[in-house]
Amino acid sequence: MRERVPPRTRRALPGIRDLVKGLRAGDKRAAGKLISLIEDDEPEATEALAALHPFTGKAHIVGFTGPPGVGKSSLISRLVREFRERGKRVGVVAVDPTSPYTGGAVLGDRIRMTESGTDPGVFIRSMATRGHAGGLALATFEAVAVLDAMGMDLVFVETVGAGQSEVEIASRAHTTVVVQMPLTGDAVQVLKAGILEIGDVYVVNKVDLGDPESLIANLSFQIAARDGWTPPILKTSAPEGLGLPELADALLRHRDFLETSGLLRTRELSRAREEILENARRLLARQVRDLTSAGKRFEALAGRVVDRAMDPHAAAVAILRDATPKRR
Amino acid sequence: MPKKIRVLIAKPGLDGHDRGAKVIARALRDAGMEVIYTGLRQTPEDIVEAAIQEDVDAIGLSCLSGAHMALFLDVVKLLRKRKAGDIVVAGGGIIPEEDVPRLKKAGIKAVFGPGTPLGEIVAFFEKAAKGA
Repeated sequence: MRERVPPRTRRALPGIRDLVKGLRAGDKRAAGKLISLIEDDEPEATEALAALHPFTGKAHIVGFTGPPGVGKSSLISRLVREFRERGKRVGVVAVDPTSPYTGGAVLGDRIRMTESGTDPGVFIRSMATRGHAGGLALATFEAVAVLDAMGMDLVFVETVGAGQSEVEIASRAHTTVVVQMPLTGDAVQVLKAGILEIGDVYVVNKVDLGDPESLIANLSFQIAARDGWTPPILKTSAPEGLGLPELADALLRHRDFLETSGLLRTRELSRAREEILENARRLLARQVRDLTSAGKRFEALAGRVVDRAMDPHAAAVAILRDATPKRR
Repeated sequence: MPKKIRVLIAKPGLDGHDRGAKVIARALRDAGMEVIYTGLRQTPEDIVEAAIQEDVDAIGLSCLSGAHMALFLDVVKLLRKRKAGDIVVAGGGIIPEEDVPRLKKAGIKAVFGPGTPLGEIVAFFEKAAKGA
C-alpha cells in the first residue's frame, strides 16, 4: 500500500563533511539535519553513515519499553536530569506510531521532556515508525549513531508503547529497561512470553498508584538470571523522582557487568549482524523497486505470469538473476 | 519516497488553552504530516531548540493570552540567531486584526484567526515545506 504523503522537494543540503564536522563540534542543527537526511533515506544518507561510523561505539545505549501510558517518557526525562547532575551528556530518540491510514503522526514524547529541552548537553529527537513494526522506526538506531558520534555518553531509546511481543529493542540496545506499572494484570500476564522476558532491568513505575508488591512478586517469580546477570526490579515514581538515582545506578552497573564479563563484545557483534542484515535487506528492497521500474523485461514477465507460461516465483528468480548488486 | 513534512506545534506563553493547537495537530497528522507537539507554557527558547533538534520544516505557534507580539517575534528572532531562519513560522489564536501586518512584517508567514478552515492551514504548511 502506498502511503498518501504530501511531497516535499529536497532543500539544498550542506555538504556531508560540513555536517559531520559540525556534529563533532556539538552543533545541534547539524545533528538534526543529519538525522533527517538519514530518516528520509536521502542519497547522501549512505555517505553520512559511513562518515559517522568511526566515531560511534562509545555511547551506552539504553532501550526503554513497556505499554503506552506506563510513564516511559517521564521516567526518561527524570533520568536525563539525574545523569546530567552526574556530568554525563545524554541523547534521546523517542518513537511514536505512524498512522497506517494517512502516514501522518503526532509525536508527543517531548511534552514530558521539556525541562531538558534547552540543555546543551541533551539532544532529544522524536521519530515516527513510518510503517516499521516492532516498536521502533527503521532509522532509530541510525539516529542513535548520530548522537553517539556527537559524543553523548548515554543514548536512551524510547519504543512506541509496546504491548507483548515488540522485542526488537533487546537486540539493538546494550541495556533494556522494561517498564510496567501496578494494577495492570494478574500473575498469568506476567508469565507470558515476550516483552517481559527481555529486560536487563525491570521498573515498576507509578508505585504511588498502590500495590506494587504483587506485581513485583509476580515479576520476581518469572525473572531468572541470564548469562550471570540477575535483572533487578526497581520501584519508581517519576513526579517525585522516587527510585531514580537507584535506576541510574542499575544502568551503570549493567554496563559495568557487560564490560567485565565480555558480553559487551557479544552484544556489539549481535548488533553488527543485525545492522549488516538490515542494510542488505534495504539494498535488496531498493533493487527490487528498481526492477519494477525497469520496464520491458518486467512487463514481459508479468505477461508470462498472466498467460500461465510462468509462475510468479520463477519470474522473481529470473528477474533477480538479471540484477547486479551495486552499492546504492 | 516523498519526504515527510515535519511541523512543530507549540504553545508559547502562559495561557492553558491548547484545544486549538490539538485540532491543528490532528488536521496536519491526517494530511500525512509528522507533528511534534510540545505542550503548554513553552518559552521561545524551548520552541526554537525543539524546532532545531526535530529539524522541522515549519512551526505553528498558538497563543490566546494576548502576548503574541512579544512571543511570536522572539521565536523568529531566535531562529535567525541560530541560523535556522529558513524554518517557516505561522501563528494562530486570538490575534487582533491590527497586529497582523506587524507580525507579517517581522517574519510570521501567516496568521490564522478563529474560524479559519482547516484545509487552508493544511495547504499553507504543505506549501511552506516545499519552500514556496
